[in-house]
Amino acid sequence: MAKQINVALIGNPNTGKTSVFNRLTGLNQKVGNYPGITVEKKQGIYKYGRGRKVHILDLPGTYSLNASSVDENVVIELLLNKNDKDFPDVAVVVADVENLKRNLLLFTQIKDLGIPTILAINMADRMKRKAITLDVQLLEEKLKTKIALISSRKNEGFDNLKDLIENYATLSTKPSLNASRIAPEYFDRLRKAFPQQDLYKLWLVITQDVNFGKLDRQEFKGIASFKTESVSNLKRLQQKETVARYQFINETLKETLHIDVENAKDLRSRLDRVLTHKIWGYVIFFGILLLIFQAIFDWSSYPMDFIDTTFASLSEWTKTTLPPGDFTDLIAEGIIPGLGGIVIFIPQIAFLFLFISILEETGYMSRVVFLMDRIMRRFGLSGKSVVPLVAGTACAIPAIMATRNIENWKERLITILVTPFTTCSARLPVYLIIIALVIPDDRVLGIFSLQGLTLMFMYLLGFGAAIFSAYILDKVLKIRSRSFFVVEMPNYKIPLPKNVLITVVEKTKAFVLGAGKIILAISIILWVLASYGPGSFNDAESIVRQQFASENLNEEEIAMHVDSYKLENSYIGKIGHAIEPAVRPLGYDWKIGIAIVSSFAAREVFVGTLATIYSVGSEEEETIKNRMAAEVNPVLGTPLFNFASGVSLLLFYAFAMQCMSTLAIVKRETNSWKWPMWQLVVMSAIAYVVALAAFQFLK
Amino acid sequence: MLTIASLKKGQRAIIKEFSVDVVPLKLLEMGCLPGNEVHLVQTAPFQDPLYLNINGSHLAIRRETASKIEIELI
Repeated sequence: MAKQINVALIGNPNTGKTSVFNRLTGLNQKVGNYPGITVEKKQGIYKYGRGRKVHILDLPGTYSLNASSVDENVVIELLLNKNDKDFPDVAVVVADVENLKRNLLLFTQIKDLGIPTILAINMADRMKRKAITLDVQLLEEKLKTKIALISSRKNEGFDNLKDLIENYATLSTKPSLNASRIAPEYFDRLRKAFPQQDLYKLWLVITQDVNFGKLDRQEFKGIASFKTESVSNLKRLQQKETVARYQFINETLKETLHIDVENAKDLRSRLDRVLTHKIWGYVIFFGILLLIFQAIFDWSSYPMDFIDTTFASLSEWTKTTLPPGDFTDLIAEGIIPGLGGIVIFIPQIAFLFLFISILEETGYMSRVVFLMDRIMRRFGLSGKSVVPLVAGTACAIPAIMATRNIENWKERLITILVTPFTTCSARLPVYLIIIALVIPDDRVLGIFSLQGLTLMFMYLLGFGAAIFSAYILDKVLKIRSRSFFVVEMPNYKIPLPKNVLITVVEKTKAFVLGAGKIILAISIILWVLASYGPGSFNDAESIVRQQFASENLNEEEIAMHVDSYKLENSYIGKIGHAIEPAVRPLGYDWKIGIAIVSSFAAREVFVGTLATIYSVGSEEEETIKNRMAAEVNPVLGTPLFNFASGVSLLLFYAFAMQCMSTLAIVKRETNSWKWPMWQLVVMSAIAYVVALAAFQFLK
Repeated sequence: MLTIASLKKGQRAIIKEFSVDVVPLKLLEMGCLPGNEVHLVQTAPFQDPLYLNINGSHLAIRRETASKIEIELI
C-alpha cells in the first residue's frame, strides 16, 4: 500500500477554508488542541484512488507567515519543521476569488519554502455573477503551480483538487518570485553561511525569532549572528519584502484577472449601511442578542425538561429493577443523575453555537466587533466578548465555549475569567427564594415591586462585577498579545448548513467528552459525601424512630426526618458543621453551610438541599419558604433568614464560583488547571469578604 | 498632516509612504500599501474604529493607527 499523503490546508481567514476542509473530510474529522497551547487542531482523512489515505490538517487562518499571534505561529512552526509528523507533502492554499490579491501574498510565501503547493480558488461559482474572468492557465504558469477552481457551496471542483493532491509529486517546488532581491547583500551573506538551507526559511527563522520569541532550533545553530541587524532594520526589510510580493502579484493579476468594477457594486454596501449604522446597527445587534437569549433561556427549557424527567425516571427504573444495595445506589443516584447533569447542557450549547456559527459564517460577527470595539476595549475585552457575556446570563458553560471565537488570547482569557460573574439561570431559584424571604413585598413609587427591583439589581451587579474585574485583569495580567487592531470586514455570505451543523456537533462533542468526565467525577464524589457518613449515620432510622416515638408520625413523615438526619450526619453534613465557624460571621448556620457545600454541584441545588435538611420533603417554593422563615439563629435568637443574612447570601451567590461544570469547561478551554483554580479561589474570596461585610454592617 | 483619521465618509485618498516602526506589518499584509487608494466606508460611534476600503480590501482599524498613515486627497 502506498504511503499516506499529508496535506496542510492553509489560507487567509474568511476564504471558506473550513468549508473546503468539511467538503474534503465530511464528518471524518478530529478536533483537539496543539500540545501546551489553546489553539484548536483540526484534522481529518479521506480515502482516494486505490485506498490511498489522505490526511488533512486544517491550519489556523493567517494572512502571512509573519506571525503576530499564537494561532498564526502554529502555521510557521509546522512549515519550518521537516521532522514534524504532520509536515505536509503538499500544501493547499485556499483563496477566495474576490480577494485573490491579498490571498496570494501568503501563497507566494509558502511557495518560497519549496513545498509543493496547490492553489485552490474557492467561491468560483461567484465569478460569473461578479463578472470576474480569470486566465487559469497563464496564472498557473506565472505562479508555477496548479490551480483548482472550486466551490464548496456548490460542491464543484473537488475531484480535480483531489487529483492534484494525488499527483503532488509532479508539482514545481520553485518559488514564484525572488524575494531576496530586496537586500541582495544581506541574503548573499546568509546563503554563504548556510549553504544547505532554504534561503526563505532562514529569513523566516530570523524574523520569527525577533518578532515572536525563540524556540529551540537545533538545525539553525549560529543564525543568531544574523539577528544583529537592528530590529527596526529587520522590520524595514519585512516591509520591503511585502511590497515586493504585492508588486509581483499586481503584475501577475493584471494579465490574468479581470474584474468588471461596475458589476462588483453589490449587496455588501447596502447591508453595511444598515448593519454598521450608528443607531440601526446597535438596534439590530441587540435584537439578535435578544433572540439568542430567548433561545438559550426559553426554547432550550423544553428539551431540558425532557432530559430532566427522562433521567429521573431512568434512575427510578434502575432502582426498582436492580437488586437493592450500594452498587444500585451508585448507579441510580450517583452515575445516572451525574450523566443527566452533563446532557442537560446540550440544548443550550447547541442553540448558542447554532447562532454563533451563523453569525460567523455570514460575516456579521466582524460587524459586531466593529460596533463594539470602542466600548469593550476599555475593559480589555474584545467586541466579540459581548456574545459570551450575554449568553452567560443563561449559562456560563456555553458562554465560555463561545469565547473560542475571540482571536486575541488575552481578551479571550479575560472573557473566560469574568463570564461566571454574570447572573446565570441557576442562580435564579436561589435569588427568588431569598428575595421572597427577606425583601418586603412593597412597591416603590406605587409601581415598581421592591422585590423585582432587587432581582434587577442582582443582574446589574453580576454584569458590573464582570466588567469591573475585566478592567482589573486587563491591568494585572501580563500576557504578550497583539496590541493593535485590524479586522477584515468580509463579504456577506449565506451560511452553509453543513458548516453550521458540523460546528454544533463538534462543540457538543467537545463539551461532553472534554468537560463531561470532570463533571461526572465531581458529581459522584458529592453524591458519595452526601449519601454516606461515619458512626450514627448508619443507625439513622432507629435513632429517628426513637426520637419521634411519642409524636405519632406517619411513615412518610418519619422517612423525611430520616433523610434529614442522614444528611446532617453524612460526610457533607460533617463538612457543613466543620465550616460553621467560618460561615457564622456571614450570618449562616451549619444547615446553610451544608447547602453551600452541596450546591457546588450546581447553584440551584441549594434550595433542594435546604428542603431535605428541613425535612419538608417537597421542593414547593412556598413550603420551603415558610419553613425557612421559621428558622432561628442559634446565637442571636433572631430569625435566621433576616435582611442582613439574606443580603449576605444573595451577595455570596452573586460572586462565588459555585459551579463545578464551569470549572470543568474553563479547564478545557484554557487547557490547564491553573485558571479554573485561580477563578475558584479569587471568586470565593470576593464572595466571602463581600458577604461578611454586608452581614456585619447590616445586622 | 493629513492622515486616514482625517478622512470624511465617502472621501477618497492615496496612501503615502509610512514607517513600519509605527504601523504594524499586518496592516501592510492585509493590503494597506503605500500608493493604494483608500476610502472611508463607515465610522463607528465616537468616530472609532474606522471601516475602510483600501483597493478592494475591506478593513476596520482604530483611529489611533489611522492617524499614523499619511494620505493625499484625490
